[in-house]
Amino acid sequence: MRLPLNQLKRQIITATTVTKEGHIPSALSILDIVWVLYDRVMRFHPKNPKSDDRDRFILSKGHGSLALYSVLAAKGFFPASELEQYCTFKSRFGGHPDSNKVPGVEASTGSLGHGLPFGVGVAMALRIRKIDRRVFVLVGDAECNEGSIWEATLLAAHHGLSNLTCIVDYNHSTDRALGMGDIAAKFDSFGWSAVKINGHDAAAIENALRQRNPNRPTAIVAETIKGHGVKQMENNPAWHHRSPSKEELESMLQELA
Amino acid sequence: MRKQFIRTTEDVMAKDERLVVLLGDISVFGFRKAFEQFPERIYNIGICEQAMTGMAAGLSKEGLVPVVHSIAPFVVERCFEQIKDDFCYQKLGGNIVSVGGSYDYAALGCTHHCPGDVAILKTLPGMEIVLPGTASEYDKLFRAAYADGHPTYFRLSERNNPQSFDVEFGRANVLKKGSLATVITVGTTLAATLAATQDLDVTVLYYTTVAPFDVETLRQNCASKKIALVEPYYEGVLVQEIVAALAPAPVRIETIGVPHRFLTDYGHQEEHDEAIGLTPENIRNRIMNLIEQKSGPATGSRS
Repeated sequence: MRLPLNQLKRQIITATTVTKEGHIPSALSILDIVWVLYDRVMRFHPKNPKSDDRDRFILSKGHGSLALYSVLAAKGFFPASELEQYCTFKSRFGGHPDSNKVPGVEASTGSLGHGLPFGVGVAMALRIRKIDRRVFVLVGDAECNEGSIWEATLLAAHHGLSNLTCIVDYNHSTDRALGMGDIAAKFDSFGWSAVKINGHDAAAIENALRQRNPNRPTAIVAETIKGHGVKQMENNPAWHHRSPSKEELESMLQELA
Repeated sequence: MRKQFIRTTEDVMAKDERLVVLLGDISVFGFRKAFEQFPERIYNIGICEQAMTGMAAGLSKEGLVPVVHSIAPFVVERCFEQIKDDFCYQKLGGNIVSVGGSYDYAALGCTHHCPGDVAILKTLPGMEIVLPGTASEYDKLFRAAYADGHPTYFRLSERNNPQSFDVEFGRANVLKKGSLATVITVGTTLAATLAATQDLDVTVLYYTTVAPFDVETLRQNCASKKIALVEPYYEGVLVQEIVAALAPAPVRIETIGVPHRFLTDYGHQEEHDEAIGLTPENIRNRIMNLIEQKSGPATGSRS
């Protein structure tokens, strides 16, 4: 697992150097989770991405788009070489994902607090249509500042949406602004089945993602590191929205070789 | 109109299994039959319009046809970004049905007024905006547009015009032909407009769909290039459409509607109509002023 993930990390970092745009640390904190979802847990069909018989993944923290793009490319939704166009004028791949442009992207996100309510609707629709597939929504810890997240959390529990799993990327972006404290306890008190895991431990991620409470939605609060895997970026706020210089890029690629 | 909304929705739910209704904790008692008949397709969501709207977009993404319903400020202004990002940007269809636009709930104060809904929704590409004037017009317009793949806003009112017309989604009705000016009237301002114009030599165009705007009917019925625009929300919202439709001809436009300020008085709708001049007498005076003005290249005249 280490090898493909390092390849994806190199892709993610390199993609930002063309237009000097992108949120690298936010993509690296979720990459292990998104990879395990697509590699070991979800059912999907790259050649028929809209098939009803698929699990749905919604990246609510849309600024982590590069993690999603790199995993979708690795799984055959589109050629990885296209990511070199990331954020260029006519590219399909923007700083935030567009569901009308990128195969496999279920929701156009970017403004925070939209993906989870949208995912509640998708999960409700699957239940109405009697399609037994799962919906995974990934939100950020700072995104959990938004009231709409907690509106959706109440709704999902009230309606017993057991086909819905919300993964919280707890990379502590929010600590400097509005501390969220024990997010798992909050989900639990809102009526979800909640667990805490190490968001960079593939076995723990897989195990948590496979759990499904028969009556409640599931929350997985994943403790993660912003910029995971690149030492100078890890937990360094200066890198939140920045692209590396030529020299920095070389040293990072070497670190990930 | 609200009773018709319930009747129409229940009837369409019976015929179209895709229709799913989300209520913002209003009209719940009215829908009691639907709750019994279609428990999987109608929900009282509670007081959380942002999540309700996002959720509706998620339903739409999976091929269902959502209807969300609450009072206008809550289901438009509170969740405007969800309408923009979750519906319009993603090109998902659905229906937002409001009650209490403008100052229908006059006594409840400005938090419950919504004269700005049409203006802000009009900024969203792909958004359809419908203002029926009567219950039966609502029934016809909803059936025509509810599943057309666009997000559609149906603005219901507590008031009804005295007479229904054979309205069609996306098309204006020519109610009267005259030569001195063209009066464009929207939804429930029709009653006062007809009273104001009954003995005037003017054309009256009745719009129940304002987005998309019916350009053709206006072009064919505006030889005078003098237009009185009578709207039940903040005045002047359709000026841009009118000027663009008639370009490059110069036009004179008299805008009559809700003035751009908070209406901080209470009382009844009719008292507000009086106070802001949405009365047959004032509308008639404004149209007379327009008719008496010499033709020329001025636009956007306001008194």
